[in-house]
Amino acid sequence: MKNSSLWIRTGIIVAITLIAIIVVFGPRGSVASKDFTWEGIKANLANNINLGLDLKGGSHLMMRVKIDDYLKTLATNNKDAAVNAAKELQLPVSEGSIVAEKDNYQVKLNITDAAKKAEIIEAVKKKVDFTNWTESSTDTTINWSLPAQTQKVMGEQAVEQALKIIESRINAFGVKEPTLQRVVAKDSGQILLQMPGVDDPERVKKLIGDDARLELMKVIGASNPSPMTTYPTRETALQSIGGQEGGSRKVLPFMERPDNATNQPAQPNNQPTAWVVVETPAIVDGNELRDAVPVSRTGNDNDYQISFSLKPAGAAKFGDWTSKNIGAYMAVVLNDQVKSAPYIKSRIDDQGQIDGRFTKKSAEDLVLTLKSGALPAKIEYQEERTVGPSLGADSIRSGVTASVGGLVFVIIFMLIYYRGSGINAVIALVLNMLLTMAGLIWLDSTLTLPGIAGLILGIGMAVDSNVLIFERIREEIRAGKSIQQSIDLGFDRAFVTIIDTHITTILSSVILYLYGTSLIRGFAVTLILGLLINLFTAVFVSRTIFMWLLSRKAETQKLSI
Amino acid sequence: MFEILGNINVDWMGKRKIFISVSIFILLAGLLSALGRSDYMNKGGTDSFNLGVDFKGGTVVTAKFKQRPSTDEIRNALQSVGIAESVIQESTDKKDEVLIKIPDFETGGSVEGQANAEDKTKISGREKVKSALISFGKEAEGATTLEQDANAAFKIVGTEAVGPVAGAQLRNQAVIATLLGLVGILLFIAFRYDWTYAAGAVIAVFHDVLITLAFFSVFQWEINLTVIAALLTLVGFSVNDSIVIFDRIRENLTLNRSKSLYELTNQSINQTMSRTIVTNGLVFLSVLALVLLGGEVLRGFSLALFVGSITGTYSTIAIASPIAIWWQEKLGAAKMKMTEVSGGNDKLASAARRSVRRKSVVR
Repeated sequence: MKNSSLWIRTGIIVAITLIAIIVVFGPRGSVASKDFTWEGIKANLANNINLGLDLKGGSHLMMRVKIDDYLKTLATNNKDAAVNAAKELQLPVSEGSIVAEKDNYQVKLNITDAAKKAEIIEAVKKKVDFTNWTESSTDTTINWSLPAQTQKVMGEQAVEQALKIIESRINAFGVKEPTLQRVVAKDSGQILLQMPGVDDPERVKKLIGDDARLELMKVIGASNPSPMTTYPTRETALQSIGGQEGGSRKVLPFMERPDNATNQPAQPNNQPTAWVVVETPAIVDGNELRDAVPVSRTGNDNDYQISFSLKPAGAAKFGDWTSKNIGAYMAVVLNDQVKSAPYIKSRIDDQGQIDGRFTKKSAEDLVLTLKSGALPAKIEYQEERTVGPSLGADSIRSGVTASVGGLVFVIIFMLIYYRGSGINAVIALVLNMLLTMAGLIWLDSTLTLPGIAGLILGIGMAVDSNVLIFERIREEIRAGKSIQQSIDLGFDRAFVTIIDTHITTILSSVILYLYGTSLIRGFAVTLILGLLINLFTAVFVSRTIFMWLLSRKAETQKLSI
Repeated sequence: MFEILGNINVDWMGKRKIFISVSIFILLAGLLSALGRSDYMNKGGTDSFNLGVDFKGGTVVTAKFKQRPSTDEIRNALQSVGIAESVIQESTDKKDEVLIKIPDFETGGSVEGQANAEDKTKISGREKVKSALISFGKEAEGATTLEQDANAAFKIVGTEAVGPVAGAQLRNQAVIATLLGLVGILLFIAFRYDWTYAAGAVIAVFHDVLITLAFFSVFQWEINLTVIAALLTLVGFSVNDSIVIFDRIRENLTLNRSKSLYELTNQSINQTMSRTIVTNGLVFLSVLALVLLGGEVLRGFSLALFVGSITGTYSTIAIASPIAIWWQEKLGAAKMKMTEVSGGNDKLASAARRSVRRKSVVR
């Protein structure tokens, strides 16, 4: 009876070991002769194990989409559009205002004639999307507020949109194997970007955060042939619109390009040459962009400009506006700076260009950001970790040295202290490490520095399991039991303890995994794996080896322990 | 058999007052250090804990030099670009590397004629430090290593920058995850053994974490995310140790119904002592190797485990067991006259044991 079960146990162990060896050291794909050489095995191992950025080098960037900023912009734009819509029809709206605090976003219109309230609401809603807003009104005000649920949905959409845009920017930039994911609580607006191999993320960071907001706006003031109305300072520009921005007016700096730019070195500090007043909202903005390309006039590196074309909907809007405003000056606004201000000669449908002193690199980056669309809200960086490849390699080396050194020490001790049975423990330990590695690869999990800490704790508990069992067997032998009985009792009693210690630790690791940050998760995963595998190696495998020893000599009187 | 210990017979529980006094002494020292250094007591002094950038926010730049300048030279260079506060730490294991720690995550850069103060371009701590280090020579750019670039004087090989908001978030999440983990342990031990044992084990774990933190406060070792990983590891070891002894107590309870819990606990600790010494000795020696050889990056991790591996073993004998039996006796005394609970309960909950008449533990 014993022998058949012993063979089954052995078969299970051998099969699992072989599978693990193939998973850890085997090639992905077809087998070649080089897979049996030392170099080939090393290469396969490096290929199979998915190292975290802290070990292989790379950048880890945590950013947050400023949802509050997004909702504030939304409220402001809706307010401007609502005021414009009412004023266009000469309805009695004196002014608009917004409330934008934490979780409270409102648009308010002050009206001067209560009788026309319904008419105003109707006119505004025709032009402005207030579908999900809660409407309320008194005789003097109309109020739209954003319900909490809608805020959440909109925030969610903004983050998803930002995620897509960032993804397209990174891909276009050519980062290899980036991972981009939303992290922690869904409504925190946090996005984690990991870029292996990138150890100076400044350019990528700038590219992502750059909010290349293109707007085409009407310049307020005289039309062609008189020159464009400009102001020497921001203050004088503000005075012309009654001291403050608001309603549908905004003051922007004009960063004019010098006429003979081609022969001049780039100006070190761009000071605005003048200020202009423009009308909000914009005629069309970057969302309507179909394509943009950098174009060089002379071929010099610092002489690039960007020509763009618009999508059909934007083109229709733009065509409509240009045909009605022939002679007016139109500002090409990039990130709240007027880059150029041509006047409208005739109806234009879908072509335009941004002048400016761009270098080839900056023009290319700008085109990239323009094409991927405007970010719905600003991005703020919260965490940045970079590890150069050499530092990562050092960490692996010291981690591996410490682990291997510890393991060798433990093995020597076990062999001296438990003699013959020490071999048992050593087999169990080595198998444990092999299977944990195989488990990590099978789960496609990444091995990080905290992960190595989890691995070490797992090995510590594996050693402890062996010690518990062996000490118990020794105790039973001391108490005068036969070898067979001592081994059975030792395993049975120690098993209860091992189960309890393992379940406790697995349980707390699962909780750590569920609630912890990504670093803590790395620790939890390797620890859980190591412990589950230890239940197999320290109990099942070790016991099978003892069973083999006993089966050879039925009436063993001595056990090397 | 090659044994470290034969049969020993030590009255561990009789020494509980000494043990608890030692623990209280260390905890008080930690508390005094944490309070004394806090802003509340000592304005403008050092902090209760030397929190790393992970939890406080700031930037750490690891720079590798061909010719490492002195810390004063680096500090002067940093001051010349406007970084007044900086901690410069020379790596002990790698002679050409320096860790530069500054409190800023981002600093305001030049204003390019923009209207709004909000639009100021922000410069990351890394770029700021880089601008200071340029005074020592060129940085090896892009993928080239310092060795490959003949003209370069240094290269930034690693950065850790955490904004203040993210720092607080990381800190809170680490604390919440750890506390929830402890609640899980409490519930499981209560289910498998008894509330009194669960309380003993969890109080012992708290004790270990607090003692380790006391050392970190007194010696002002830096606490970063790797220290949290180490604390989690020591929580695992400490609970593991407690369970091994509890398990033996539970077993002995069924075997020796005539002995008092006091005696049984001593007996259990003595029986498992050789396992305690072998396992914890191995752990201790491995950790010692880590402290000595692990290098700068793992320093906090190694130190936390070093303290933890000692206190973890100690607390099982000195804290967890006395609390468990003290509580059991309290409950037992109260329940001594109640109807006897019938045996045969596999869980061996203390209710069954409490019904058994036994001597008082107080000696």
